[in-house]
Amino acid sequence: MIQRSALPSPATTLKRGAARRGHIPRHRAAATAAVVCALAVTLAGCGGTTKKDTDNSGKADSGSGAKANPDAPLKKGLKFAFLPKQINNPYLKILDTSGIGAAREFGGKGKEVGPSDASASSQVSYINTLIQQRQDAILIAANDPNAVCGPLKQAMKKNIKVVAYDSDTAPACRQLFINQASSEEIGRSQVQHLAKQLDYKGEIAILSATQNATNQNTWIGFMKDELKKPAYKNMKLVKTVYGDDDDQKSFQETQGLLKAYPKLKGIISPTTVGIAAAARYISDSSYKGKVVLNGLGTPNQMRKYIKDGTVEQFALWDPKKLGYLGSYAAAALASGQITGAEGEKFKAGKLGEYTVGKNGEIILGPPTVFDKSNIDKFHF
Amino acid sequence: MTVTVEKPAPAAETERSARSLVDAVFRAREISIAGALVLLVLFTWVAEPRFLNDQGVKDLLLNAAILVLLAVGQSVVVITRNIDLSVGSVVGLSAFACGKFVSGTDHGVLTVLLLGVVVGAVCGLVSGSLVSFGKVPALVVTLGMLYIIQGLDYWWAQGEQINAADVPQSVLDLGSGSVLGLPYLPLISIAVLAGTAYVLRTYRSGRELYAIGSSPEAARLAGVPIRRRVLAAYLFSGAVSGFAGALWLARFGTVVADNAHGWELTVVSAVVVGGVAIVGGTGTVWGAALGALLLTTIGSALAVLKVDSFWADAIAGALLLAAISVDRIVNVRMTRALRKRSAR
Repeated sequence: MIQRSALPSPATTLKRGAARRGHIPRHRAAATAAVVCALAVTLAGCGGTTKKDTDNSGKADSGSGAKANPDAPLKKGLKFAFLPKQINNPYLKILDTSGIGAAREFGGKGKEVGPSDASASSQVSYINTLIQQRQDAILIAANDPNAVCGPLKQAMKKNIKVVAYDSDTAPACRQLFINQASSEEIGRSQVQHLAKQLDYKGEIAILSATQNATNQNTWIGFMKDELKKPAYKNMKLVKTVYGDDDDQKSFQETQGLLKAYPKLKGIISPTTVGIAAAARYISDSSYKGKVVLNGLGTPNQMRKYIKDGTVEQFALWDPKKLGYLGSYAAAALASGQITGAEGEKFKAGKLGEYTVGKNGEIILGPPTVFDKSNIDKFHF
Repeated sequence: MTVTVEKPAPAAETERSARSLVDAVFRAREISIAGALVLLVLFTWVAEPRFLNDQGVKDLLLNAAILVLLAVGQSVVVITRNIDLSVGSVVGLSAFACGKFVSGTDHGVLTVLLLGVVVGAVCGLVSGSLVSFGKVPALVVTLGMLYIIQGLDYWWAQGEQINAADVPQSVLDLGSGSVLGLPYLPLISIAVLAGTAYVLRTYRSGRELYAIGSSPEAARLAGVPIRRRVLAAYLFSGAVSGFAGALWLARFGTVVADNAHGWELTVVSAVVVGGVAIVGGTGTVWGAALGALLLTTIGSALAVLKVDSFWADAIAGALLLAAISVDRIVNVRMTRALRKRSAR
């Protein structure tokens, strides 16, 4: 409190600190941080969050110095904000709704805010607003790993917990990343599934989203690696094409593949738009039944094509579980059960216990495979 | 340029020969696009015979159908020296509205198409009123409409998705079925195209659209009801876009809020490549349709030729620049030729 009264206006200091961190000598930056701490404590006190939190949050502020207390109870009345890539993404919507529901389970409150376009910098102003609203945690599906870094670090300094989900930020800018499944597993399992369907022989191709989508390219990398194993010596990846997550373009690229490679036996489309477009095209073309389509899609989107026999199976993690896990992980962070260090364990409601992995990553589990037998049990 | 405004008798002969010259030049444009198209198709066919098998031809026609429709609507607006940049959003909104409407219940195909047309026409009416009565530049109005309609659509959809399983089979059949081996969608596009072309060529109101684009001032003096005609052009473009939205649902089955995002630019490219001058007054919907067919065929051909798809965009851009340059050169030469003739 003494530090606070010693400064003319805490608000301006804060702002300056945020805007020009690079130019401030170290000791001043430290002083600013201290003020921020003090301020966070006072504000939290008057801001109407539960009184019990005040002490903890003061101590946990710097993040790195804090110790995890696995037995700490989950706090009540936590405020979470979900910040998806863009508010109209159907998949992220399911995820956020489920996360908000999970927050209700442990007496917290969640909301979803976000930009209408998924450009690199569109999330920045939302983060700033959330900081001002003094949320307890921000859960973000980052449009760009680096563009959101500055404001997120600012949030962490103010003791707002930052959890990335679906799409990671740079590791320094968040405390946890909830990974849908390990990239390696996603990539390899898709080749394994398709190989089984094709009896380990024949030409295959990949229909991806955009040429520079990080997650797609990582998965494709693992697919290629998996194909190098001797078990797949009779399978050949002939081409990777990009449908840009546009219906018409995905149609055209699928048509191109099927005509240019008459011996093509299978297509993997690790993108929900791509697999639905390819399935729609194949379902009423002469290629139906001659080529196997597999990949990542949602059950609602693919239900028709599973039922009419165009597609035998596809996979996806359950976005509901992903949002649920994200919510519990953020609560565990905010309650001091975990700090984001490797090896810490916490309980995620009905999903059971999870362990924080390397780089603060928590992995949901292997993707679920959907086919005729189970598709009607899933609605998302 | 090609307007038949009453003229004194002695000039009639010059007028006729001038008109045939103009016609010839623009027929040449359509012929050259058709030529390029034929060359492209032949080349791809030789490299990959499956490009033109039954399925291949069907694919080419289906791929072009929606863009051709949009290009026809856009040409009518561009001919009047205006532009409609909101088409992409209108298609998105209409596709989502239709999807929401049919979701789970079968209302019959015609009702769905009608709904699409109505949604589009309302959007067109708003843009058209602002441009014609509000006298706001078309570029600004339709750009604003692009964002407004898109925002409305996002707000409505809230991330919802219409899936193929929710769409009744009758609607999906419209997108994939065919009669006598010809798929429905291209047939619909050709019908709309032919009707529009006929009205533009023979009806007085159609010719007046060209007059407005050629010289708004002259058209006004000649007593052309400019505002009404421009409003009608936007109404038409909107209705056609809305119609295309309903067909989008039929064709792709899966619909989200941002369908056809960014298509306005593809449509304008198709129109300009097809010889409808961006400054208005010239061009035909046949040309625009050929332009649309050329652009989608390039995409399909490159995919079949195993060329990376980003080249399709680059080629479309190059074509656009070439088309505009040719327009400019032809324009200068023709003005000179016409001046020589009338001096004789």
